[in-house]
Amino acid sequence: MTDTRGTIDTIWRIEAPKIIGGLARLVRDVGLAEELAQDALVEALEKWPETGIPQNPAAWLTLVARRRAIDRFRRDRMVRDKNREVARELDAREDVSIALIEAHMDDDIGDERLALIFTACHPVLSEEARAALTLRLLGGLTPVEIARAFVSTEATIQQRIVRAKKTLKEADVIFEVPRGTERLERLASVLSVIYLIFNEGYAATVGEDWMRVQLCREAQRLGRILAELMPEDSEVLGLLALMEFSASRFGARTARDGSPILLLDQDRLRWDRLLIHRGVAALERAEKLGQPKGPYRLQAEIAGCHATAPAAGDTNWIRIAALYEALGTVAPSPIVELNRAVALSMAFGPAVAITVVDKLCDEPKLQNYHLLPSVRGDLLEKLERFREAAGEFERAAALATNAREKALLEKRASACRARQG
Amino acid sequence: MRFVVFIKASPMTEAGAAPTEDLLMAMGKYNEELVRAGVMLDGMGLMPSAKGARITIANGTHTVTDGPFAETKEMVAGFWVWECRSLQEAIEWVKRCPPSVDQDSFEIRQVYELDDFGSDGEGIEQHEKVAKMLAERDAGKA
Repeated sequence: MTDTRGTIDTIWRIEAPKIIGGLARLVRDVGLAEELAQDALVEALEKWPETGIPQNPAAWLTLVARRRAIDRFRRDRMVRDKNREVARELDAREDVSIALIEAHMDDDIGDERLALIFTACHPVLSEEARAALTLRLLGGLTPVEIARAFVSTEATIQQRIVRAKKTLKEADVIFEVPRGTERLERLASVLSVIYLIFNEGYAATVGEDWMRVQLCREAQRLGRILAELMPEDSEVLGLLALMEFSASRFGARTARDGSPILLLDQDRLRWDRLLIHRGVAALERAEKLGQPKGPYRLQAEIAGCHATAPAAGDTNWIRIAALYEALGTVAPSPIVELNRAVALSMAFGPAVAITVVDKLCDEPKLQNYHLLPSVRGDLLEKLERFREAAGEFERAAALATNAREKALLEKRASACRARQG
Repeated sequence: MRFVVFIKASPMTEAGAAPTEDLLMAMGKYNEELVRAGVMLDGMGLMPSAKGARITIANGTHTVTDGPFAETKEMVAGFWVWECRSLQEAIEWVKRCPPSVDQDSFEIRQVYELDDFGSDGEGIEQHEKVAKMLAERDAGKA
């Protein structure tokens, strides 16, 4: 069964970043590049069902897009200096044959795809805009698919993308891979977008739109692509490892009734060993670079401790506690400190941990966070301070938003009250 | 979705003949593209069947047969594990594989990932639900 339309869409998904990146470098405008590429796709959808799919579809699409770019610049009455320069450049390439385009197709695509990622993730855009634009330009997702993934509407997403392109143009964002000190900042933006996309997908639960879960795969794919384009950056490898480890637990994290299963209670036979192996490999590559450990790498190492422990009882909690301490240094947050306390309690017992948790009680950011009293309650219970433990579990239950968790916490409160004596 | 792509055997692979310099380069480049596209998860080349064995189990008896085996067409010389958005995407990628000297045949198989969503029985139900959704989506596209 030949489904030409489906094949063309598939080819588009594979080649779009390369085509758009190449055009963006020429016309110096990502929004325009995408429009031209889309125009070429429309032409392909009209012609290829009859002529058959060309040997090198990417080259064909690029040629058509370039020709349209030339037409557009010629028709543009008010050719400003910038456009004139571009028009001249395009003119010079006008008689470039498909053979020549093919020959140069693979030159610098690494650079162009990287420039595309950096541009789509530019900090001048809001995080949502960056995510939508990245999924559109690099993932080849349609606005409909992006809308389903983020539980939004097609109109909202389309508008978001249009505005994003406009913002980039108005801010005169240059299509390039940033260098020097700017590179580090801009990279942080790229990593946060990819991680945001991943977490959107990871938050999806059983029964939700399949497209939501697909976000994780797209993010993993982007992470892998980025790791190949920037192998000299250990945080890139750190993020990749973190995503591989997290994704390895997909099959184990939900119970038959849809309720979530905590990591420590998961059936480790259901963890995807291939992904764990890839996560470990990414961390090893990161280690070899000899760079200081950033937040993604540290989080990945924590995830790696769990991923490589054959059973929950084999977990190296001392190492995890040390990693949380390091994480607290590079990316301080009360939640990191709370997690460190949990690790400390597993490694050294509740008495050591509770001193850390007590210090967090006045932390404004945690006032409505149910896990703080939940953890404190757990430690107090282990220390046999049952009355106080019950109080904490009750407070946690009141703050919990999830009905199942609430019930669980209330149960623990009752159990403690019973042992109050 | 995960796919295993089998590279079928040929008289040359069964003979353990070393590939040419050109083919090695081309395959190297191809594999690199697969990695750079975030598609390649794993891949292995398999030694000729002469170095392998077959085991059949019937009525509690094991019968071991040493290679080589005759039906070259049925055998596998290597495989990849890929992450693709669809079978069609996997097919497009296979089409880009550089041709070898004698024979090129591939088989693509999707990996069971029942555990993508739930556990035990629910997983199977969910898998079927997803398969149905996909079929509906693809039907809408045509």
